[in-house]
Amino acid sequence: MNAHGAGGASPALARFAVSRARRRRDRLARGLITAGTAIALIPLGLVVYYLLHKGLGAWSASFFTTDPTGNTFFKTSSIGGVKSAILGTVEIVALASAIAIPIGIGVAVWLVEYGRDSAFAHVVRFFVDVLTGVPSIVFGLFIYIVLIVGTGSSYAGYKGSFALSLLMLPVVIRSAEVILMLIPGALRESALALGAPRWKVIARVVLPTALPGMVTGVLLAIARASGETAPLLFTAATTRNTDFNLSHFMNSLPVQIYNDVTSPTTAVVNRAWGAALALVTMILLLNLIARLVSRRSRLA
Amino acid sequence: MSTAALPGGDRSILERSPFARLPDRALKYGLTALAALILALIVYFFVRLFAESEPAFAHQGVFGFIFGNDWDVSGEKFGALPLVVGTLITSGLALLIGVPVAVATALYANELCPLRLRPALTVLVELLAAVPSVVYGLWGIFFLAPKLQGAEQWVADRLSFIPFIGGGAVTIPNYFIAGLILAIMILPIVSAISREVMATVPSDQKEAALGLGATRWEMIRTAVLPYCRAGIVGGAMLGLGRAIGETIAVTIVIGDAPQLGKHLFGQGYSLAAVIANEFGEAQGLHRSALFAAGLVLFVLTLLVNALARVLVSRASRVRGRSSTVSAASQPPSIAGAAAGA
Repeated sequence: MNAHGAGGASPALARFAVSRARRRRDRLARGLITAGTAIALIPLGLVVYYLLHKGLGAWSASFFTTDPTGNTFFKTSSIGGVKSAILGTVEIVALASAIAIPIGIGVAVWLVEYGRDSAFAHVVRFFVDVLTGVPSIVFGLFIYIVLIVGTGSSYAGYKGSFALSLLMLPVVIRSAEVILMLIPGALRESALALGAPRWKVIARVVLPTALPGMVTGVLLAIARASGETAPLLFTAATTRNTDFNLSHFMNSLPVQIYNDVTSPTTAVVNRAWGAALALVTMILLLNLIARLVSRRSRLA
Repeated sequence: MSTAALPGGDRSILERSPFARLPDRALKYGLTALAALILALIVYFFVRLFAESEPAFAHQGVFGFIFGNDWDVSGEKFGALPLVVGTLITSGLALLIGVPVAVATALYANELCPLRLRPALTVLVELLAAVPSVVYGLWGIFFLAPKLQGAEQWVADRLSFIPFIGGGAVTIPNYFIAGLILAIMILPIVSAISREVMATVPSDQKEAALGLGATRWEMIRTAVLPYCRAGIVGGAMLGLGRAIGETIAVTIVIGDAPQLGKHLFGQGYSLAAVIANEFGEAQGLHRSALFAAGLVLFVLTLLVNALARVLVSRASRVRGRSSTVSAASQPPSIAGAAAGA
């Protein structure tokens, strides 16, 4: 390394100096790499700036305490806020998590504790990979076919939850599997040697040890599901009123933003910016907590 | 075990009673059933999706559906070519712009960046993945598209001799903005996988290159890049899978042209966008055609992802042989990063 810096500092070393052309090429390449990194960070800065700039302007006390009214032509103050959207997102995602987390962790435990290298386990892993790659809107189509065409009923909040849980499953399974594999085999073996049955080893030794690491993956899955619009469009649909019954139409933050974007009224578009800021804040908080938890974990 | 009534019976004192063994069996078979359930569910979904799109394929044939250049709902003509090509143009553009930037970011983080700044840089790039699709769409249509319109027009005028790129007036929703937004969206995943693969280059090789007198760039070119080519390509393919399936951001910024767009800066349409846009009020044959569009999208992402997995896992297998990193723990962690990003 020194040879580059001290190109020709002493006559004895001059023979080893890097030629000017090579040095120029090196500097050029480094410059391009650095510039590429800067370019990657520009959109982040711009998105955050515009979210704060436009979003904070839309925020007010009534923004969070009123439902959107649909009344967009008269006074800007009468268009309402995002209360039903925030509550809807929380409800839908909570049910989706209640479905996806136990199933996902169950499958991960099976993969690590029972399936291991069996042919069936490989098939399961392959299908989980397939799930990872399925576009989110296709999950919406799946649920539409099964729960709306199949039952002849209409949109409902819980159908949106099912679509989101399909989306969360592969994230939960994969992250939990990685953590479970990190648990030392000696830990399991000593519990088994003490006479503990398999299920007790899993419930009392394996899962508690893996818990902090699994929480991270679960939170990231929840964060991802909260921001999804496409699977909710024609499963939970949208409505304006706050509704705690998950078998009714349900509003959600992403869907409300999506609907507001196409509005010709500036005030409604501003409401979309405010809602977007609320959504991003929510997701960033989940990410932050996930990071803090993973730092605590001894495994990951 | 029928003598279980006798205390001790013919059982060894160390053996568990059949009753005590019950929870173990229940757990094992319960979990196996759960895993099987997922397989059954995916297969069932796929079959139903196929069945639902059957009428559209029957209406004009699979070939006519995929290669017909007219999506005319009221005329009951469903040619998905403008959608398929729109999806390919935007995601190709995303790769063209996104992958070099992502690889540069990964190289900078791994090779050039001061060690203290590395975690911060990684977190910042990953934050890009935390922004929801609909927010990118909002930002793209109200900020990016109007700001770039002048520059796009300039490029379109200068390059008017190139078919498809030049000529024509720049519209606000267009292919290029959609590709650009997708490039931003796939950046974190491609960068994360590239970084993971680059981190496994044995430091002996890098030090050997430097020891032979290579400059930093020559070291990157001769020791780092050839070693992780397959991994980077795999990461790019995973990004491509994402870009193809990305719905809402693209729907907002691509427009809804029923025919193939005339040029890069004009309105287009994509497979995912047509479903998001039209499914709400679709009936009968139209709805079936949208299911068919979903099926084409599904198969397309499936192929791209399968290819990506093969490349990434081959890259990690090569790694397993020649480095000290344990090969066993590598593939899931890459997949985990992919899923989490």
